[in-house]
Amino acid sequence: MKSNQELENIANKLRIDILNMLTESKSGHPGGSLSACEILSVLYFDEMNIDPKNPEDENRDRFILSKGHAAPVLYSALAEKNYFDKKELNKLRKIDSMLQGHPDMKGTPGVDMSTGSLGQGISAACGIAKSGKIFNKDYRVYTLLGDGEVQEGIVWEAAMFAGQYKLDNLVAFLDNNGLQIDGRNDKIMNIQPIDEKFEAFGWNVMKIDGHSIEEIREALRKARETKGKPSMIIAKTIKGKGVSFMEDICSWHGKAPSIEERDKAIKEIESRMGGAE
Amino acid sequence: MADIATRDAYGEALKILGAENENIVVLDADLSSSTKTGVFAELYPERFINVGIAEQNLMGTAAGIATTGKIPFASSFAIFATGRAFEIIRNSIAYPKLNVKIAATHAGLTVGEDGASHQALEDISLMRTLPNMTVICPADGVEAKAAILKAAEIKGPVYIRLGRSKVPTIFKEEDFEFEIGKAKQIVDGDDISIVATGVMVSKAIEASKKLKEEGINARVINISTIKPIDEEILIKAAEETKGIVTAEEHNIIGGLGSAVAETLSEKKPTMIKRVGTEDTFGESGNGEQLLEKYGLTSESIVKKAKEILNR
Repeated sequence: MKSNQELENIANKLRIDILNMLTESKSGHPGGSLSACEILSVLYFDEMNIDPKNPEDENRDRFILSKGHAAPVLYSALAEKNYFDKKELNKLRKIDSMLQGHPDMKGTPGVDMSTGSLGQGISAACGIAKSGKIFNKDYRVYTLLGDGEVQEGIVWEAAMFAGQYKLDNLVAFLDNNGLQIDGRNDKIMNIQPIDEKFEAFGWNVMKIDGHSIEEIREALRKARETKGKPSMIIAKTIKGKGVSFMEDICSWHGKAPSIEERDKAIKEIESRMGGAE
Repeated sequence: MADIATRDAYGEALKILGAENENIVVLDADLSSSTKTGVFAELYPERFINVGIAEQNLMGTAAGIATTGKIPFASSFAIFATGRAFEIIRNSIAYPKLNVKIAATHAGLTVGEDGASHQALEDISLMRTLPNMTVICPADGVEAKAAILKAAEIKGPVYIRLGRSKVPTIFKEEDFEFEIGKAKQIVDGDDISIVATGVMVSKAIEASKKLKEEGINARVINISTIKPIDEEILIKAAEETKGIVTAEEHNIIGGLGSAVAETLSEKKPTMIKRVGTEDTFGESGNGEQLLEKYGLTSESIVKKAKEILNR
């Protein structure tokens, strides 16, 4: 089992990969990718029962990136996990690449569902979880939602479904960084109280610091113990986390850093990683 | 087979599929008694999922189930299945080419009394434009049953358009074979061709009889797979007859008529006239009255056939 420190270092490695690939592709979404690094680090390197050599195994755990625009964090995790060669990361969003702007399950090993149109990932996750229940499979299904994403109606159709069918093999994270393209959630379309909403839909709701490896692990442990209810882990996060000039700045939602900005950002992340391992 | 609605044939087919294939899962959005998925629900309750009145999630969960190697049939009325959930079908089913069968009932004007809000006249058009999607519109109960069984065998998304009202049984069940992508010439003739789908196939046969009385030999082709379309049979009809009348219970924009025109304008240009709703919504009324009022009749087919022959 990996230590919290090791998982934190992986999260920061994912950050560096994200910054490199976005700079290389000159497009993509840094803010919401950087805010989810700890969550993906824990899922892919601690929690999930997966085998990169057998990405289609029907008994594997699944991860569905419902907030598909954070594809860079998923791709960096998959590459770090050896689903494909890290060189592929440099082809993000380019012509003939296996790494599309938003996840494509047909083209990329390890991607469990094509996503990108908000709200559809959690719906598919419900289908996978329900299928597991019907056919007595013991895999678990994980999904990550953006906080702006829950403004989509289908999210609530799916939330109702998961509660109704007691999908305790389903765990959703809410990457609650508070920002969406046009501004702060509470100004555009307030989603709060989001915990009470999911509770009312029959979910086991937990609130954690989404950058604390320990709290993510603890929440996932509690989710495993919860029977008869899907779990929603509301992860308070900072958009652009780890890069001081990007943190909590709305305009870094969908803009690639310049080479200078990238170098500055990576230096900052590396200084925090120094000698930790 | 007695005259039944194609949705009843769906219930029959699901009964067979449920028994034969344990990977079949059926989903509905609170319309199981109308769509006939209720037949399956009663026999195989553990493999039936009611998502409630939530068509977007109907398609999203069906997509998820398909990723686990199962074969989901997702059903609702055609208007909600294709209209309400269009973008979910596009991005979560068609784009990843998932093995979801969308069996939508209550298509077209023959929904009847419920009126325009419930009469899908654009569903063929919507589904046909999606890459990876197969589109099937059966003509009677026999063909519907065979088409649904066949759809379960192929891998990839299929849209099956079914109706609410009873339709005349055209085919004999004993020797009927259905092949996806293959149209059938059901009446021979070399003067003019009538290419019809769904409930309009029996009207096309009627029209051919009326034309015959006037000494005109009309060929009737039942084109139940609208995508991929049977180009060969269309080109042959264009070569051997003086023109083509298409007939469908759908807007003349985007449906069968468009598909035939697209194919032949590139491969074998010929005069084509389309029978269908003419860019209008429907209204309440009895199904047959509505077909009459909106010109979806054998008389309309006869009239267009003569227009082509007399030009």
